[in-house]
Amino acid sequence: MEPLIRVAGLHYRYDDGTLALQGVDFELYPGENVVLFGPNGSGKTTFLLHLIGLLRGEGTVEVCGRRVKNDANLHRFRKQVGILFQDSDDQLFMPTVFDDVAFGPLNLGLDKAAVEQRVHECLRLVGMEAVAGKAPYHLSAGEKRRVALAGVLAMEPEILLLDEPATFLDPPGRAALLEILHRLPQAKIIVSHDLDLARELATRAVFFSAGRVVAAGSVDQIVARFQWDARMLTR
Amino acid sequence: MHHVTLDGWSRLASPLHRLDPRAKTVAALGILLSLALTHRAYGWLFATHFALITALVLLARLPVTGLLRRACLVLPFAGTVAALNFFGGDPVRGVAVLCKGLLSAYTVLLLLATTPLHTLLRGLESLGVPRFFLMIAQFVYRYLFVLSEQAQHMRQARRCRLGGRRSPLGFSSAAGAVAVLFARSHARAERIHYAMLARGFQGHFVLLDPPVMRLADGLSLTALAAVIGGVQLLLWNL
Repeated sequence: MEPLIRVAGLHYRYDDGTLALQGVDFELYPGENVVLFGPNGSGKTTFLLHLIGLLRGEGTVEVCGRRVKNDANLHRFRKQVGILFQDSDDQLFMPTVFDDVAFGPLNLGLDKAAVEQRVHECLRLVGMEAVAGKAPYHLSAGEKRRVALAGVLAMEPEILLLDEPATFLDPPGRAALLEILHRLPQAKIIVSHDLDLARELATRAVFFSAGRVVAAGSVDQIVARFQWDARMLTR
Repeated sequence: MHHVTLDGWSRLASPLHRLDPRAKTVAALGILLSLALTHRAYGWLFATHFALITALVLLARLPVTGLLRRACLVLPFAGTVAALNFFGGDPVRGVAVLCKGLLSAYTVLLLLATTPLHTLLRGLESLGVPRFFLMIAQFVYRYLFVLSEQAQHMRQARRCRLGGRRSPLGFSSAAGAVAVLFARSHARAERIHYAMLARGFQGHFVLLDPPVMRLADGLSLTALAAVIGGVQLLLWNL
């Protein structure tokens, strides 16, 4: 089976000299949900930004068999890969929820009827149809996260990148988000420190350290190997 | 925040809100030009302009005092120039500068309060304003929210640690805070830009309902041009 995403020898250095990625190799197959573990600053978010062409380092990044390499094909990748950022306030920049979810489909060049249909479908999917006319800054953290997810889903991506999707959410908000994520058929890469979320969603785990993938396996294997559970450390 | 209020007003429904953004922009430019041409000796003309703009504000169902209060933000700048004229021996010119500044701000605010920003920018684009300037304008506006939010967070953190006292570091502390505010805002603005690119943004906002010039827009523009032209003709004949 061909991988949806194939990354080989990816290196990236920020302008301030920080070496964020040092030869990352990674593959994502259809139907997989891969969770990325690792300490803060180990390069997980930087890695996600490469998969959608927002950052471009040295090495190979292929999405659906095509190489992410120039501005001309970036538009196509941004239709195939959707990213949910850690802070929903970064993602909700339009005046109303409706406008925000419509932002992506409008950029895809869809006509008015198709855009409206997609917006309503996606808002219904995340249970936020009732707030379509509201300003995003009036929503709770959980609502913002769901609206941000609707904005991503409105692009109808084949792959979802989720950066700390459960951060800032209260237990009901987290449960609602998990229930939605369970229903989504797309392959997913999830950056998370939330072990319960990882166990519920992920089919595989990868551990990042100092800009490298140092291990891969099941969630429980990775957690045990790196003692990645606070409860283990406090016993 | 002023821009949040304006954004809310721009989404109300009124005959003025429904006009094409290009017609409103040209009309606003007409009023500004008329104000600029108004001679300082004819004070009653400023009152005429004020009445005209206020009539439009009422037609748009906007609060006159709310708009005027916001228009007063230009007073420190217009007031300085007015004071220089006043104390330089030309008090009439000083008052005229003050009136022109205030009425110009009132006009621009009326335009902003009746046209959502992305619609206004789209109208300006089709009027031939370079896209580069429009992009700067739209990002400045967008990031005002970001900047004010960051400033609020920093002010709260500062208050918590000072416990109601003044900072012993004074000016250097304030200057440092401004630097941190800009660094933080820059980081957040970059993340917002990433989020826009990730959803296919290619340099300009695509509208669900692009503006269309209709008969009502043409008639409104003609009526306003007639009023302004009439006032100016009257002035030239005096």
